[in-house]
Amino acid sequence: MSKVTELHVNGTTRGVDADPERSLLSVLRDDLDLTGTKYGCGEGQCGACTVLLEGLPAHSCRLRVGSVGQKKITTIEALEQGGRLHPLQEAFLEVGAMQCAYCTSGMIMSGVALLKKNPHPTEEEIVRFMEGNICRCGTYPRIIAAIKRAAAMPGDAQPATSGRTGGLK
Amino acid sequence: MTTSETLLPDHAVEPERYELHAAPIYHFDLARRDFFKVFGGGIVVLLLLEEALAQESGGGRRRGGFGQRRPPELGAWLHIGENGVVTVFTGKAEVGQNIRTSLTQVVAEELRLPISSIHLTMADTELTPFDAGTFGSRTTPDMAVQLRKVSATARELLIDLAAGLWKADRKSLIAADGRIVHGETKQSAGFGELTKGQKLLKAVADDSPTTRAADWKIAGTPVPKVDGRDFVTGKHKYTPDVRLPGMLHGKVLRPAAFGASLASLDAKQAEALPGVTVVRDGDFVGVTAPTEHAAAQAIAALRAEWKTTPQISERELFEHLRGKAPGSQSSGDSAAPKADPGEEKPAAGDYRLQQTYTVAYIAHAPLEPRAAVAEWKDDKLTVWTGTQRPFGVRDELAQVFRLPAERVRVIVPDTGSGYGGKHTGEAAVEAARLARSAGKPVKLVWTREEEFTWAYFRPAGVIDITSSISSDGTITGWECHNYNSGGAGLRALYHIPNQKTEFHQARAPLRQGSYRALASTANHFARESHIDELARLARMDPLEFRLKNLQDARLRAVLEMAAKTFGWGRSKPPPDHGFGIAGGFEKGAYLATCAEIAVARAGAKVQVVRVVQAFECGAVLNPDHLKNQNEGAIVMGLGGALYEAIRFDNGKVLNPHFSQYRVPRPSDAPQIDIVLLDRKDLPSTGAGETPIIGIAPAVGNAICDATGVRLRSLPMAPQGLKI
Repeated sequence: MSKVTELHVNGTTRGVDADPERSLLSVLRDDLDLTGTKYGCGEGQCGACTVLLEGLPAHSCRLRVGSVGQKKITTIEALEQGGRLHPLQEAFLEVGAMQCAYCTSGMIMSGVALLKKNPHPTEEEIVRFMEGNICRCGTYPRIIAAIKRAAAMPGDAQPATSGRTGGLK
Repeated sequence: MTTSETLLPDHAVEPERYELHAAPIYHFDLARRDFFKVFGGGIVVLLLLEEALAQESGGGRRRGGFGQRRPPELGAWLHIGENGVVTVFTGKAEVGQNIRTSLTQVVAEELRLPISSIHLTMADTELTPFDAGTFGSRTTPDMAVQLRKVSATARELLIDLAAGLWKADRKSLIAADGRIVHGETKQSAGFGELTKGQKLLKAVADDSPTTRAADWKIAGTPVPKVDGRDFVTGKHKYTPDVRLPGMLHGKVLRPAAFGASLASLDAKQAEALPGVTVVRDGDFVGVTAPTEHAAAQAIAALRAEWKTTPQISERELFEHLRGKAPGSQSSGDSAAPKADPGEEKPAAGDYRLQQTYTVAYIAHAPLEPRAAVAEWKDDKLTVWTGTQRPFGVRDELAQVFRLPAERVRVIVPDTGSGYGGKHTGEAAVEAARLARSAGKPVKLVWTREEEFTWAYFRPAGVIDITSSISSDGTITGWECHNYNSGGAGLRALYHIPNQKTEFHQARAPLRQGSYRALASTANHFARESHIDELARLARMDPLEFRLKNLQDARLRAVLEMAAKTFGWGRSKPPPDHGFGIAGGFEKGAYLATCAEIAVARAGAKVQVVRVVQAFECGAVLNPDHLKNQNEGAIVMGLGGALYEAIRFDNGKVLNPHFSQYRVPRPSDAPQIDIVLLDRKDLPSTGAGETPIIGIAPAVGNAICDATGVRLRSLPMAPQGLKI
């Protein structure tokens, strides 16, 4: 099978030389040094590996890199633009929505996907959307509060229209 | 009252490590020139834990060797460089408890310096003083106190330097905003101006004066996580994120069952794969490959046969732990519970109650699995790994590879949690073994399945309680036997003249070890459930019954605070809802937990709706992070309370995946209200563990309130409520 030679990541095209059977997660982390996206379970159960694929949340641990094709990938590294944090990153800091923070990248990427789809979610909608992300430190109440806070921030918490995340359309 | 403990030989159980009090084998040399060689000029303040060192400058002091006077143990040190940069060195590890922040706060407090001017170097065996490990909630009561002392001493040293420079009376000088200021002339100097050209080494004894909690301005405040930005941007490098030039990926072949030995191995196919090396050393088999995927393929291509032996399965577990299963062995002088509570027979008219409680094996399941990156260079081994015991892992590596400890360096990046589950160095040893054969650095990250199977577990246990109460609701006797789960939190804080508690170790069928709060969770679940049962027997309100039977003012204070905030006794729960309360004490901290649960009869589902927890651990260092620890511990504790259990059969774990082992998720989190009692008059104690011990009994008591059914086994509702 032919190798994967390029990926559209965070607004740029990156050259790679990867066995198509490898996971997108391992190519992002090991070949492109985008280590903000984490391995947590390898089975799509914990959400630590969440990235956006065409703006939708995806478990990069379960995605064969060969299946990604031309789709635009957004990782946690793309949210901060020109030294400015994404509103949800700000909200995580303001609320203190983390302890060990190993889940944080995945939580933020899932939250960004939610806010893109639904800029003003109810608490129930947040909980339902975030159900696939595990925080073993148990900071869910703060994570939910941070998403609410980002949704309530003046301006636009959606990266899609703010134009601050190149990979999203 | 007696508390006894009998121990089996080491191999029988993984000891709950912080109950061991072994002296460190290695000691740092106090050679002054070494300090300044490593850190540059400026001033260094060291804390001596044992004796005040006569020769403060310490020049030329060499490690004494056995038989000579032991060098004093160092707790921590602090360096103020010639550029004024303050660096603190501590062997403690950050695993999400936010001690990097709280320790920075206490240094900032004593040095009168902004938080951002201080850097902590943590858990690096080459740079930081020996530390037994980050466990037992010892960082706050020990390390924070030590750092306060070295920082206060450094401040006074800076004032001395300024006084000398300006020929001023040191009494007229103060430290403020990172400068030493003359109160009258307003002349001032930055720390760097004062340390420039200096090479001062000062050793501090354990009794140096520090700022009183009542006067704190930075300690005691809700300072945000100091490097929070690195985490929300994904920049922080955890161990699995470390990458070295030329690094390979490693993987280990796991046995077919616990205790299995390798009978035969055919590695031909695996060895034929491009870039793959197979390493066999006794029962250890591992591979290295250019990618993780290739390493996994190589492992899959190995043909191995294992010799297994029959083992205890979960259905026999509790009988086995009690020593009643065939072939099992119990230790302790009273393997069976005695019928009589305490020394006296209950008086006529007393009630007597005998009940048994059990807790299952559970997994820590830290989201960052065990991982290590190992590199051999010039006969020196360096390993990055997420562990709570950097020096312990260094010693493990030194032992395994027969190296002197100074040729092994362990570096712990701030780690993706531990919960007591990362005291050991499996991944470090494996990565180092593979790297030695490969001749290149090797990264090894355990899969979730490996973490669920080959890490160690919170011990399962059986707890028998026999008690008696008089007709007016006074507890008159109490006897409690814990089999296998542990002795922590075993003694009741209630005022019971006839109290007997015993912990019996068993030959555990699974590898077990520390878990956040150790056995305190199990023992509090048993005791606080039993207390509730007694309250019902006495026809008393559970809070009133507890208050009647205790004298400890701090426990009373948290119970009253939690009850008041929860609205205990002010209203009855709605239909199919229940209220429960529990109190406790562990690691110097007190808590009381009130829970409201709802039972959905149709699905037999129990939902924890609302939790109030009152917590008191002396003077609070960081109220926001303390609340965070409480909230998180409640959520985490719900897992062990309601649904977490390791299922195992004949040496195999049956549920080693998150799809099979249910952990708390966002929809499980109740509304949580944490009330802190900040006792500035009391020393600060740790709070990473104790907040987890109240939730299981509070929920169990609430379930009983709602349904009338008493659940005495953790987890209480693995497949929903069976009532």
